[in-house]
Amino acid sequence: MAARRSRIPATKYPVERFTLDNGLRVVLTPDRSAPVIGVAVVYDVGIRSEPEGRTGFAHLFEHLMFQGSENLEKLAHFRHVQGAGGTFNGSTHHDYTDYYETLPSNALERALFLEADRMRGPRLTEENLRNQVDVVKEEIRVNVLNRPYGGFPWLTLPPVMFDTFPNAHDGYGSFDDLESATVDDAADFFRRYYASGNAVLAISGDVDVAEATALVQRHFGDVPARPAPDRPDFAEPDLTAERRSSYTDALAPLPAVASAWRVPDPITDFAGYLPYVVLAEVLTDGDASRLVERLVQRDRAVTSLGGYVGFMGDPFDVRDPTALLLQAHLPPGGDVDKVLRTVDEELDRLATDGPTDGELARTQARMATHLLRDTDAVLGRALRMAVLEQQRGEPGLLNDLPRLVGEVTDEQVRAAAATLRPERRASIEVVPGGAR
Amino acid sequence: MSVADVSPRALPPLGPNRRLKLPKQAERRLGNGLTVIAVRRPAVPLVELRLWMPTGRTHLARGAMLAQTMLSGTQSMTSVQIAAELQAVGGGLSAGIDPDRLMLSGAGLVTGLDRMLEILADVLTGATYPGQEVGTERDRLVDRIQVAQSQPAHLARTALLRRVYGKHPYAVQTPEPEQVRAVRPAALRRLHAERVHPADAVLVLVGDVQPERALDAAEKALAAWNGAGHTAELPPAPPLEPGPLLLVDRPGSVQSSLRIALPAVPRTHPDHAALQLANLLFGGYFSSRWVENIREDKGYTYGPHSLVEHSVAGSVLVAGAEVATEVTGPALLETTYELGRLATLPPKPDELEQARQYALGTLQLGMSTQAGLASLTSAYAGSGLRLEFLAEHAARLAKATVDDVAEVAQRYLAPARAVTVVLGDAERVAPALSALAPVRTEPVRP
Repeated sequence: MAARRSRIPATKYPVERFTLDNGLRVVLTPDRSAPVIGVAVVYDVGIRSEPEGRTGFAHLFEHLMFQGSENLEKLAHFRHVQGAGGTFNGSTHHDYTDYYETLPSNALERALFLEADRMRGPRLTEENLRNQVDVVKEEIRVNVLNRPYGGFPWLTLPPVMFDTFPNAHDGYGSFDDLESATVDDAADFFRRYYASGNAVLAISGDVDVAEATALVQRHFGDVPARPAPDRPDFAEPDLTAERRSSYTDALAPLPAVASAWRVPDPITDFAGYLPYVVLAEVLTDGDASRLVERLVQRDRAVTSLGGYVGFMGDPFDVRDPTALLLQAHLPPGGDVDKVLRTVDEELDRLATDGPTDGELARTQARMATHLLRDTDAVLGRALRMAVLEQQRGEPGLLNDLPRLVGEVTDEQVRAAAATLRPERRASIEVVPGGAR
Repeated sequence: MSVADVSPRALPPLGPNRRLKLPKQAERRLGNGLTVIAVRRPAVPLVELRLWMPTGRTHLARGAMLAQTMLSGTQSMTSVQIAAELQAVGGGLSAGIDPDRLMLSGAGLVTGLDRMLEILADVLTGATYPGQEVGTERDRLVDRIQVAQSQPAHLARTALLRRVYGKHPYAVQTPEPEQVRAVRPAALRRLHAERVHPADAVLVLVGDVQPERALDAAEKALAAWNGAGHTAELPPAPPLEPGPLLLVDRPGSVQSSLRIALPAVPRTHPDHAALQLANLLFGGYFSSRWVENIREDKGYTYGPHSLVEHSVAGSVLVAGAEVATEVTGPALLETTYELGRLATLPPKPDELEQARQYALGTLQLGMSTQAGLASLTSAYAGSGLRLEFLAEHAARLAKATVDDVAEVAQRYLAPARAVTVVLGDAERVAPALSALAPVRTEPVRP
């Protein structure tokens, strides 16, 4: 008898899409349940597009987009957003860079003004560049150099798995490369990638569609038209032999390991990709998941364990090539080889027998909760829809994700597990140098 | 910007402010003493759950292990069954503890609310702390503590708490590995019997619920939860005692962790709204003097931040920044300068207006999600407040004048009242720090 299955609910956020004459694509998703709005601008450029010798440049440039623009002095952007009761940020990913605000809804026009102004052109000066190189170096020290497991595995695994510069290099950047960056580099980068035709604007929350459309037209309509650059092909062949690497982390007290396997193209083969997204959760979501039950509870071979698709942990904002990752921290003296052998054993078992009764359904119910919870935040909807528009031309997919995840079958999960073979695996091991 | 500097495109004005509107809610105190608050926000078909149980004066290691193993099994379910049953309704629960409270929190599909409450009740009334699972979780907790002790943020926090709280229970919040290793299942069962009881606990449910019906569901599931346990009052937190800068030596550090504690007041204190604004002006948001100075002007740091932290036994303002080792002295100098400037000179009216708008706006943002509302409602309830306090607080923020803010800044943000801790490479940073303040150096300890 099949276990009782929770019905997977859906959201019905409305979606309006249009394109301005300058090529800027716009997505509106109104929801008047709270007097707040989310505004996101997403540019189709990320870590993979950085030129050689300029590692970390996409991220450094993201910082420069906050340093003043055509009509705004340095510091003005921050003050205008926060002085309207809002919050802001930006982030750099492998395939895109986003800029966003959450605000009380009376600040809609102000937010559009601010985003349009920097889309016309940031103030790229030597002084701002040097200042932000210093800030970025401190960011890297906080997140990578001064702490244990810094950059593990998102910075340390790609060079094991990939061979080409775009996919393999350190996206935070080397201090040498950051320090060699010039204002001319920044101007070129802006001209090439920060084009109206290469951007998506999304607005969510407490807005009236007609009013918001008019305001978008007013503020972004005269942003000079520049087309999107051709996006290079970042494809790499799959691995045919296992790859292993290791390094000593002087600050880490315990061993750790991460493994990755390539997955189908998230954009062109979404139906083939989705089972891997579900598989990662079947393996690692909570105490009842396969690998947690086996490795943490039964064998006590690992202390903590995680699994996800996409090197930054978000399966719905990446393009090919990407991977399913598993990462684990081991107890003192833990045996990495044994952990990897056990993972293989559990994958074999799943590939042979398929999920147990109810195992998939409960994982899908939990995934639905996570997806819905993210979309409850007004900004979560704007960001997600902007990226779905940019990468797929399909922002409304956000409403369908819980259902689509729920439609993945036992057989699909079984088949996905069967492809995670040791010979397709890239692994990175952290050797603790900080054990006391 | 001056008037002569008019730009070709002017910043659009803001529309009229939206009034703060509280969501529909209901509250009930059950026969066993449990308070249940249900709040309606139907945006997505989920429900958020927070159960706040006071835990003042709980044995540190046993408390940490209690949270670590509470979901490890009941009379009727194993840990895997608990997790699987929760997952089946899209749910999950996790437990956490601090010197104020034990918190069970989670979220799930709203259709699974009854089931989540049933499982919650089973855990509260029948957690068994099975030997095998307790053994596993003990090792995991020890590993986690070891990892925490290798992180500068944790080490800096630990040193600051010890320096600020002295002999108060807040002084040490992470147990030593040896203490954790000594915890046995019997001690956990005893602690559960003593402290996991409904009398002063508050359950918050927020989401796509009808508040009265959610209260009925909670009453049905939890009315039988009982226990003859006790609560323990925490003594008031001691006042800050300024003294030499405490330099904690972490050789080889490429950054220094700068932490400054200043006096603060609870949410209900008449000075609180003005203090919140003064804190924003100093370092509480990006457009603050401190961030604009040491990040945007000088590039000493990535993310400096200051925050008023509220606990049951007292409140404290904590400012923190990770700064490059070679500019540790200059960063402290600028920090002291900005504190001193705010404490001795009144802020500019437009600067205050900007901070006020931020404080009011982020109140709206904070209550615009189910998760945000749930955490806010629970935090308020933990200090005896209800969501209605939001309106009261907003009114005080709206009223605070330049004089009010200048006055509280002098009282609370004065560098003379600061307790300062720096974690970093003492050999490299001590000379510059010693030029600015008396310094007492000690080795890093967990």
